[in-house]
Amino acid sequence: MSIKRRSVLKGMLATGVSMAALKAPAVHGQGAPFKLGLLTVKTGPLAQGGIQMEQGVLTWLKEKNNTMAGRKVEFFSADTGGNPAGTKTKVQELVERDKVDVILGPLAAFELLAITDYIIQAKTPLMSLAAAEDMTQRRPNPYFIRASATSGQAMHPMADYAAKELKLKRIVTVSEDFAFGHEQMGAFQQVFEDAGGRIAKKIWPPLVTPDYTPYIAQISDCDGVCQGFAGSNPLRFMKAYAAAGLKFPVVGGETAGDDALLKSFGDEALGLVSCCPYTLDLETDGNKRFIDGMLKNFDTVPGQYAGLLYLNCMVVEAGLKSLNGDASDKEKLIKALRAVTLTDTPRGPVKFDHFGNVIGDFYIRKLGTDGAKYGLKYWNKTVKVYKDVSQFWTYDEKAFLAKPVYSRDNPPLKP
Amino acid sequence: MKPELNGRNVALAMAFAALVSLPFWVSGTYYINVSSQILFYAIFALGLNVLVGYGGLVSLGHAGLFGIAAYATGYFLQAGFPHSAAILLALVVGIASTAVFAFLALRATGIGFIMITLALGQIIWGLAYRWISLTGGDNGITLHGRPAPFGLDLGSASAFYYTTFIIFLIAVVACAILAGSPFGAAIKGTRDQPRRMNALGYHVWAIRFWACLLSGLLTCVAGILFVYYNQFISPQTAALTASAEVLLMVIAGGPATLLGPIVGAALVVIVKNVVSGYIERWNFLLGAIFVAIVILMPEGLVPGTVRLWRGGLRAFRRRRGIVLAQSAEPKP
Repeated sequence: MSIKRRSVLKGMLATGVSMAALKAPAVHGQGAPFKLGLLTVKTGPLAQGGIQMEQGVLTWLKEKNNTMAGRKVEFFSADTGGNPAGTKTKVQELVERDKVDVILGPLAAFELLAITDYIIQAKTPLMSLAAAEDMTQRRPNPYFIRASATSGQAMHPMADYAAKELKLKRIVTVSEDFAFGHEQMGAFQQVFEDAGGRIAKKIWPPLVTPDYTPYIAQISDCDGVCQGFAGSNPLRFMKAYAAAGLKFPVVGGETAGDDALLKSFGDEALGLVSCCPYTLDLETDGNKRFIDGMLKNFDTVPGQYAGLLYLNCMVVEAGLKSLNGDASDKEKLIKALRAVTLTDTPRGPVKFDHFGNVIGDFYIRKLGTDGAKYGLKYWNKTVKVYKDVSQFWTYDEKAFLAKPVYSRDNPPLKP
Repeated sequence: MKPELNGRNVALAMAFAALVSLPFWVSGTYYINVSSQILFYAIFALGLNVLVGYGGLVSLGHAGLFGIAAYATGYFLQAGFPHSAAILLALVVGIASTAVFAFLALRATGIGFIMITLALGQIIWGLAYRWISLTGGDNGITLHGRPAPFGLDLGSASAFYYTTFIIFLIAVVACAILAGSPFGAAIKGTRDQPRRMNALGYHVWAIRFWACLLSGLLTCVAGILFVYYNQFISPQTAALTASAEVLLMVIAGGPATLLGPIVGAALVVIVKNVVSGYIERWNFLLGAIFVAIVILMPEGLVPGTVRLWRGGLRAFRRRRGIVLAQSAEPKP
């Protein structure tokens, strides 16, 4: 039905209040304000991540007193409802009605793919979280920048760690049956098998699966499991996994062990090893400022969605500064944004390759109780940092792009 | 036959004039684009109304048909067909699928019909999701560019709006003719008294089958407009929520009326796309509006408003009549 009543998240009210407070001064600012648009999801099953995205932006704006490179910021937030047609309408609203200078978001790959051609037409820089590999690989968009990660970017180091440090030999992969899952597991398999491991089986439960038990029953003949679940599915998977009595070590991607889930995980998730572009555990000034801001404004411990949106704001500010606040020429703006290099961000140092995709640090974390902060019981403790990871991992760019994009059956399962 | 100059016709003429001149008085391409969306969703709702309103057959699988037409257009364009051929083939595929749908679903009426259409719609959605070589799965199909018939490029917002508007007008006129025709009366007959219609010698199944095909045709046309508008199609388009949404348009506006589905489409599209920019809880608002409609005017917005308006007018006249009568009364 169209009328969906979803759980109302903590902090939603705070979002509204602070948005009203933030918007008010922007209108009366000196000179033309810089217009910042956000495509996010505030209704439907993806809302949890979407609301974190908005909170990340608002935290940054509040910290900077609503100014960016000397200009007042006017912030427009649009709810896509998590479907492609809605995203198209909302991006038109931001570009044609509100005339924004830069768009942050959207969240999901199918939302991004629905608007990529439009973004080229509209010549408006877009900084998305969506991980679709080909957006910065085989079908690049000149107005696109990704400061988060491609689907495979976190899985490459995860596979490397699983093979070399955890010494796993045979792994069964379990992930949702959609593009993000396919690309993640493809990337994992590529690096894991190149490092001498072997994928024993790939299991694909649908995105909405009421009970994972039948899928978990298929896990056998292996010494480890790799899961690529997103949203709140990692919680349910880990519960079912522990309930089935399985003891193989579990490794996962950026969404599988997201810090935003820490407050909901239980003992069943102890020992989960995940790789993420953002981690609470990073002890830098930039990350501390961000976490403090999130705690103060929204009383929420952030996860990667908030962290990466906060980072996006930093990138936009740095790009705008290099142009002395002049965003009128979009060609110059996108060039400036892609040339940004930052050292102290919530995710560590960041720069971009010539496709506009991030080159940054990725953190391998192990879930435990050791070092837990901010009132949390569980904590993702960093065990290894992979420095300056590019979307092509250690592979040659040309050879990487000559191969087809990671998919359900690529690389194929070896007999 | 001379057109009568009554309130209804004047209002229709004004609405027509407003729609024709729309790109000149709305500010910005954004609102023109929203208007285009209202129009093709109105065509979709008109299509469903043929079944739900006139035929009394509630379908929860129409987004599947909508999706088939949209996917077929995208697929044939991707395969290198020109626009005209892709559109024609999409219509053929869409109507053929409707025939299959109708053949399977018309084994039942009432709840049975709803459940079969629901299942068929979900199958289409599932195929769109999983048959990746055909549909691109979750990543969908992207269309590069809109057609340019007779040298008129539909890439611009107003050109696309006018094209949609012309097709919308054809659809409205077709529905008006249908509602007044003997065949329209036969469809309504199968809704109200199927056994009596059967006894009178009408082939109830065949009438319903043709109603399904007509409904499917309008749905497919709307689907093709949708895919050209968005230049992108993915499984969400064929999902159950989309079927429910268009059903709500029909029910909110007023089933078995000509204007009802159009008003319903406008209501849903505006709340979903425009009002949602101002109110975060727009789903809640939409729900509240539907509840209000159900309580205040259960027959739908258009018939309900007409009833309230007439009732108000009658009460006004009655009161004035009483006042007049009182003043006319001779004082003793």
